Amino acid sequence: MEWEAVIGLEVHVQLSTRSKLFSGTSTAFGAGPNTQANIYDLAMPGTLPVLNGEALRMAVRFGLAIDAEIGRHSIFDRKNYFYPDLPKGYQTSQLDYPVVGRGSIVINLEDGTEKRIGVTRAHMEEDAGKSLHEAFADETGIDLNRAGTPLLEIVSDPDLRSAKEAVAYLKKLHSIVRYLDISDGDMSQGSMRCDANVSIRRPGADLGTRTEIKNVNSFRFVEKAINFEIRRQQDVLEDGGKIVQETRLYDSVRDETRPMRGKEVANDYRYFPEPDLLPVEIGEDLIKQIRSELPELPDARKRRFAAEYGLSAYDAGVLTASREMADYFEQVAQGCGDAKLAANWVSVELQALLNRENLDIADSPVSAGNLADLILRIRDRTISGKIAKTVFEQLAEGPQGVDEIIEKQGLRQVTDEGEIEKLVDRVIAENAAQAQQFRDGKQQVLGYLVGQAMKLSRGKANPAQVNELLRDKLQS
Amino acid sequence: MQNLTVTELSAELSRGAISSVELTRACLDRIGRLNPELNAFITVCEESALAQAAAADRARAEGDERPLLGIPLAHKDIFCTRDTHTTCGSRILQDFLPPYDATVVEKLRQAGTVMLGKTNMDEFAMGSSNESSYFGAVGNPHDPGRVPGGSSGGSAAAVAAGLSPMATGTDTGGSIRQPASFCGITGFKPSYGRVSRWGMIAFASSLDQAGTLTRSAADAALMMQAMAGLDPRDSTSVDRPVEDYAGALGKPVNGLRVGVPRPHFAKGLSPGVERGIHAALAELERAGAILIDIDLPNNHLSVPAYYVVAPAEASANLSRYDGVRYGYRCESPADLEDLYTRTRSEGFGDEVKRRILVGTYALSAGYYDAYYRKAQRIRRLIRQDFIDAFRQVDVIAGPTSPHVAFPHGAKADPVEMYLEDIFTIAVNLAGLPGISVPAGFEEGLPFGLQIIGPDFGEALVLNVAHQFQQLTDWHKRLPETAAQAETGEN
Amino acid sequence: MKKSEIDKVATLARLRVSPAEADEVTARIGEILAMIDQMQAVDTTGVEPLAHPLDAVQRLRADEVTEADRRDELLALAPSNRNGLFVVPKVIDP
Repeated sequence: MEWEAVIGLEVHVQLSTRSKLFSGTSTAFGAGPNTQANIYDLAMPGTLPVLNGEALRMAVRFGLAIDAEIGRHSIFDRKNYFYPDLPKGYQTSQLDYPVVGRGSIVINLEDGTEKRIGVTRAHMEEDAGKSLHEAFADETGIDLNRAGTPLLEIVSDPDLRSAKEAVAYLKKLHSIVRYLDISDGDMSQGSMRCDANVSIRRPGADLGTRTEIKNVNSFRFVEKAINFEIRRQQDVLEDGGKIVQETRLYDSVRDETRPMRGKEVANDYRYFPEPDLLPVEIGEDLIKQIRSELPELPDARKRRFAAEYGLSAYDAGVLTASREMADYFEQVAQGCGDAKLAANWVSVELQALLNRENLDIADSPVSAGNLADLILRIRDRTISGKIAKTVFEQLAEGPQGVDEIIEKQGLRQVTDEGEIEKLVDRVIAENAAQAQQFRDGKQQVLGYLVGQAMKLSRGKANPAQVNELLRDKLQS
Repeated sequence: MQNLTVTELSAELSRGAISSVELTRACLDRIGRLNPELNAFITVCEESALAQAAAADRARAEGDERPLLGIPLAHKDIFCTRDTHTTCGSRILQDFLPPYDATVVEKLRQAGTVMLGKTNMDEFAMGSSNESSYFGAVGNPHDPGRVPGGSSGGSAAAVAAGLSPMATGTDTGGSIRQPASFCGITGFKPSYGRVSRWGMIAFASSLDQAGTLTRSAADAALMMQAMAGLDPRDSTSVDRPVEDYAGALGKPVNGLRVGVPRPHFAKGLSPGVERGIHAALAELERAGAILIDIDLPNNHLSVPAYYVVAPAEASANLSRYDGVRYGYRCESPADLEDLYTRTRSEGFGDEVKRRILVGTYALSAGYYDAYYRKAQRIRRLIRQDFIDAFRQVDVIAGPTSPHVAFPHGAKADPVEMYLEDIFTIAVNLAGLPGISVPAGFEEGLPFGLQIIGPDFGEALVLNVAHQFQQLTDWHKRLPETAAQAETGEN
Repeated sequence: MKKSEIDKVATLARLRVSPAEADEVTARIGEILAMIDQMQAVDTTGVEPLAHPLDAVQRLRADEVTEADRRDELLALAPSNRNGLFVVPKVIDP
């Protein structure tokens, strides 16, 4: 019998504010240990929090982007537990009154279909610091630079049914936060972190016991960890065992999940309203203002690309997956006036180049302006599509512009009737046998003769003209 | 000189009769003589105090006439003072040197005051007798065998004994007003949010409020003028204009409606205090005030509700004392749990531990609704009682404490100690301003009259207290120790 | 409150209640809880909990870096520090 997986994700997104959630300490990445840990961040006695307005606006921006209810009266709570990277001995978080309530996100599956995933809530909280277990032989070092960095924890409904869906959800979330410019979403730097709740059941049955997988910090690992966990739970249940509700860690080296070590001290977080902060009021005016500043989001942009540029749903999806990609495409399309050619060049040639060089589009060696120029030269027949690929490679290598490359290397397409006629005459003379075959009705030979002419011109002759002239001469 | 109020000292400084250095040296000398017995100060800052006094004298020579310029003061050891020991009465902060000043400290320094030192207190402000201090009990200047009250016991004793003309305090459930009552001085707690809590070590964040211990209500007005106001670093500090407190002191009580919650006096009120409070109220009535009986029907629930809310908040506020970033750490911890548990068990005293346990329990799974949420609901009822009462009266008056100062060790039972604050706690739960002014003596020991005002009625409360002090001279009756030292000096 | 509950609460609060103190602590806390339980006699149905006496809302801070690097000064307050880190006994990570 079939098993059905039921998966929900809790995603922590680091908000890209300049300063921390409750203090004026810098959040810049990569500073020396504890150089970005000030008196509030270190929980010095008597220090107090004041909420970063920009972090709040970013959270609301996210809420509006996923059509969520916004908590008009949002409350911070203290979540109490002891850990050396948690200076106050409590994390300031939100329990009953989060800033973002129920909303939803549409994910795009590989077969081209869409699925709506519920978002239960998203709340603001502060990050903890880092425990460096390898810093010393018998001791642990604590770096509190990250302590107090603003996080948005986005909790999904258990609507995901496979690891692939989970990855699609995560990718969509990544795309949304990048479009909104509220996080760099960089999983490798921990700007986006994912915990997965996984259970399995027979279709239609009640929910099974779930496990929580922590520490899955790349799209690939999310897929692998969930798949491992689904298989593990199947094995347990099929052997007549029971799933234990527990927290498991994903080990990417061994590609497995395993229960967290150490005694599982029963957690009792003793949440209560943070008395050092007052209720956060989010008024209609603020919501209106933030709504008016929302950028066009991936789903809307995809629809527009299809309608405005006549792109296929697939192409529109690929080109809008990231805001940078979509911006780049639109610049090329508008610069060259041919959206389909632009889509083709961006999603094929440019994408191949970026993959090969392992670069983000933001760091593309070929600018959108140059690519638009290149396509213009194809359109006005200065160069052929084939020569254009050569020019493209050279654009990637140096500072020269499109026209400069074409001129310097003499790549301009030959369109002069007289020159082409000379070429064609020479080809007919040198390939008399094939010419005769064509005259005898063997049409396919024409391709060979065109090829010979192109070869003679070293690719520069306009193939359409060659074709036409050859046909004329042989048929006359 | 030690008998004078801030107002009088300010005039003396202004007319050049004394210098701030002379005044400061006199205070330091007196601390040197009396502190060994009273134990009111944990830290004395002789050198920096004299330097600040000299600077104040120079400023005055250049025409600076600010009212608090050159006036010595003592800070309760709960206020962080940059590079000066700040212990909060606890072993866990025994050697703590804050790298910053509390807003209150900063503001009073900017007003030109001279910091004499840091005063003793109940550990983390948890107590009503100053006996829970790691640095030992404090003697009541009226009878060193008795407690000065708490938790601002050191500040109250210092002001009463003439060690300092004024001192800061904090009041979470009566910690300024009750020691003021026991020591025969004036203790003022402003409305919650009126004075910044930044840099003031937290006990119970939604209740803590800084205030003043002085020899008169007029002095409290001067101090409050310097301390009050919005602090952008404290989210709970209010953004509303600060009234002219000294300027509001002239209004007679004629026609003032004074609410008297008589039904509550009965419980445990000693006969002498009861008689004295009635006499004090009669004094106001003679001056034209109208006494109106009121009821605060939920007042009897204030102690139970407080002993949920305050310990719950404290249990989280004190989690930061973990031996990792500052403060006490136990010797050679075996592992992390040992570090936490031993540091905290050795660093905190019994009362603090007791309250952390009660607070942790009240917040724990399965008990939250029955304790914490219930207490919050009762808190609303208690506040509503006051709001209702202030529809018919301008201020509410009654005893500060059920009796006079008790001997050291007399109240070993925590619950009995908690009931000490039966008249003061509701004011904190409701966030209101309240003052204790000396109102008489019972067997040679002073007791106070408490005057409570509506939200942000600081100017009103200070004026009523001041008017009472125009009608009476209880606040001028110094403790014997102070008088004796005075004689010895001459 | 039972002794086992005291143990659980003490563990949560990272406090040690030694066997010698256990009876005394349990008794004292029992008395405190009995006093607190007076609250239970009052019907508070429909009463909104009051977390804060102030009827005010949270102020927002501009997203500006206002704090300078004070690591050396602050780290010097720590009972144990090395290489710019706070140092604690080895944490057996989960």
